[in-house]
Amino acid sequence: MADFFAMGGYAGFVWPAYGATLLVLVIAIVSSLRSHAKARENVRRLEAELGEGDKT
Amino acid sequence: MAVSMTRITVLANPKRFLDYSSALLPWTGGLAFVLLAVGFYWALFETPPDYQQGQTVKMMFVHVPAAWMGIFVYSVVAGSSLGGLVFRHPLADVAAKSAAPLGAAFTALALMTGSLWGRPMWGTYWQWGDARLVSELLLLFIYLGYIALWNAIDDPGRAAKAAAILALVGAADLPIIHFSVEWWNTLHQGPSITRGAIDPSFLWPLAILALGYTVLFLWLWLIRMRTEIFERRARSLMLAKGA
Repeated sequence: MADFFAMGGYAGFVWPAYGATLLVLVIAIVSSLRSHAKARENVRRLEAELGEGDKT
Repeated sequence: MAVSMTRITVLANPKRFLDYSSALLPWTGGLAFVLLAVGFYWALFETPPDYQQGQTVKMMFVHVPAAWMGIFVYSVVAGSSLGGLVFRHPLADVAAKSAAPLGAAFTALALMTGSLWGRPMWGTYWQWGDARLVSELLLLFIYLGYIALWNAIDDPGRAAKAAAILALVGAADLPIIHFSVEWWNTLHQGPSITRGAIDPSFLWPLAILALGYTVLFLWLWLIRMRTEIFERRARSLMLAKGA
């Protein structure tokens, strides 16, 4: 197991690369889902206020 | 009459898109997670060290798909922009605008992981004299300029047109990135995957991860297009409210 984490002496390069990848992918997913939920909620609220019913 | 007709044609496609995309979201999202989970597990635990590079070959699995996606997504942005300019499809500029931040993220990842791979392999994180590295950095700046241009122009129609023109001009960087390793023989190696120089034990997890990145992009792209459509709808509702 320690061998695995050592990555043949390249741990300082391999793990930051995988860490950066995970971080960027998670940020892309979370920010996309959040802004989607917010925008959809905003449209629902405006449509309700304008009495157009729930079209979306 | 004329006003209501435009309203209908403009809304028709986005409405249908919202229905279709809503059905596709769980499938693309689920498939992306499965492919990425299998791909990362395979890459980290089931691949041998390379006979020349040792364990730094693990970098390939996160670097190569990110670099591919940066270029692929840019071609999506440029293609949609062309479609918007020529055919005036109402979803074209939505498609281009929604894809760009994802392409920028992949390009940034390609640069970061490439730099971390370069240090042990070439002895340096960065080399201004290498055409592949510099043209890839230029791609990131083109993405950022494209996003900034959208934010700088208030009128959506004008913003779409200006951004589309920038996207098409910027597409000139794609062949430069692609051929840079053949035209200038500097640090970055030439293509080895299309040449068949990679062992199947590395190729399988690489292919699964590349597919996983692609499906992840499709999922997030659909989500971001929907977000853009909702935001435009909210804007027109705000105007109707104010009137």
